[in-house]
Amino acid sequence: MAYEFDFAAVFDYTPVLVRGVWVTVELIAFGATMGMAVGIGCAWARTQGPRWLRPPVVAYIELIRNTPFLVQLFFIFFGLPSLGLKLSEMQAACLAMAVNLGAYSAEIVRAGVQATPLGQFEAGASLAMTPLQVFRHVVLRPALQRIWPALSSQIVIVMLGSAVCSQIAAQELTFAANFIQSRNFRAFEVYFVATAVYLLLAVLLRQLLRWLGHWLFARAR
Amino acid sequence: MIEFSTWDILRNLLLAARWTVVLSLAAFAGGAVVGAAVLFMRTSRLPWLRRAAWAYIELFQCTPLLMQLFLAFFGLALLGVEVPAWAAAGAALVLWTGAFLAEIWRGCVEAVPRGQWEASSSLAMDYVQQMRYVILPQALRIAIAPTVGFSVQVIKGTALTSIIGFVELSKASTMITNATFEPFTVYALTALLYFALCWPLSAASRHLERKIHAPDRH
Repeated sequence: MAYEFDFAAVFDYTPVLVRGVWVTVELIAFGATMGMAVGIGCAWARTQGPRWLRPPVVAYIELIRNTPFLVQLFFIFFGLPSLGLKLSEMQAACLAMAVNLGAYSAEIVRAGVQATPLGQFEAGASLAMTPLQVFRHVVLRPALQRIWPALSSQIVIVMLGSAVCSQIAAQELTFAANFIQSRNFRAFEVYFVATAVYLLLAVLLRQLLRWLGHWLFARAR
Repeated sequence: MIEFSTWDILRNLLLAARWTVVLSLAAFAGGAVVGAAVLFMRTSRLPWLRRAAWAYIELFQCTPLLMQLFLAFFGLALLGVEVPAWAAAGAALVLWTGAFLAEIWRGCVEAVPRGQWEASSSLAMDYVQQMRYVILPQALRIAIAPTVGFSVQVIKGTALTSIIGFVELSKASTMITNATFEPFTVYALTALLYFALCWPLSAASRHLERKIHAPDRH
């Protein structure tokens, strides 16, 4: 008995897929922005921050980097309400993505900061800049430029990881695929199309980040 | 109603963690075989073989692991065989791990200076001999640290197999939560167990990296 593929059954649900893609895009836009902000903050704290701040930052980075995103997501969505912090599924998904990317990007940005020649810090200090000013005006941009390719691929990885957010019912692309599959029972076709869409999203995101890198760092060169 | 103490929860999680370990080991071993095969294709002299390996790596690196699991689970079923969750999970994880390991190892092979290729080919070695006697022994040394580091990703990747119904640590934590209504405790313990599995590997990877780069730093 041969199986007959029926992709038309998937495209009947195109609006559902499009809505799912849009939510995925929202998730990654928010997650990437907040995650990078957290990452830069943590990289500063680990390299130049006050001494008391370093252990908690290191603990945060190590804890997040050594546990699965799925468990982080479940902990935030199911676990935190018992501490009185109730989040909607979208808020929980956004928070989990920001927290996750924050830890990874902290390590990446730190590598960039530590590759800064010592003379740059000294030059900044000799211009009577405070350490924070040196970090913000002298160190940060070349550091980001150095690690931009690594940061870009981490953002793509987090975007692909967002598929897991369907498990707390955030209505992104995978959730849409699950929904369509439960309606037309064409599981393989639905997931095949969803996978192709993810592939397209990943390629587009990579290209977008490359342009963003050119635009951000064009004046630095 | 049965009361669950924290020890009961932890005991059941530990029992489930065995399956996380078994699946991780299987995925890593299988992935290493696939990865080595793809590596040879990726560095081969035949352009079409290189391109096929590139496409394979891109495909698996640019799509979510969860989708690969779903496709393995529902795709294998199309062949008319009943697919148990562990088989689909194993197959998807092996292919996924293989793609990443191939790319990591390619970087290590390319880090070996060009002159080594030229020197060995001037000794009339063929491709397999070059790899076997000249390139791989040097590339392997560089490869150890990132490979150990990637094993952490494999362990974390196994968490996703809970979604297609394979009962390992994550699935067990969901089931225990449903029985105890203590999500905070259960998921915190689960996270700590994953941390206990992954952190030694992360630390080892960092340590190995420092050891290998030590001679460069005078």
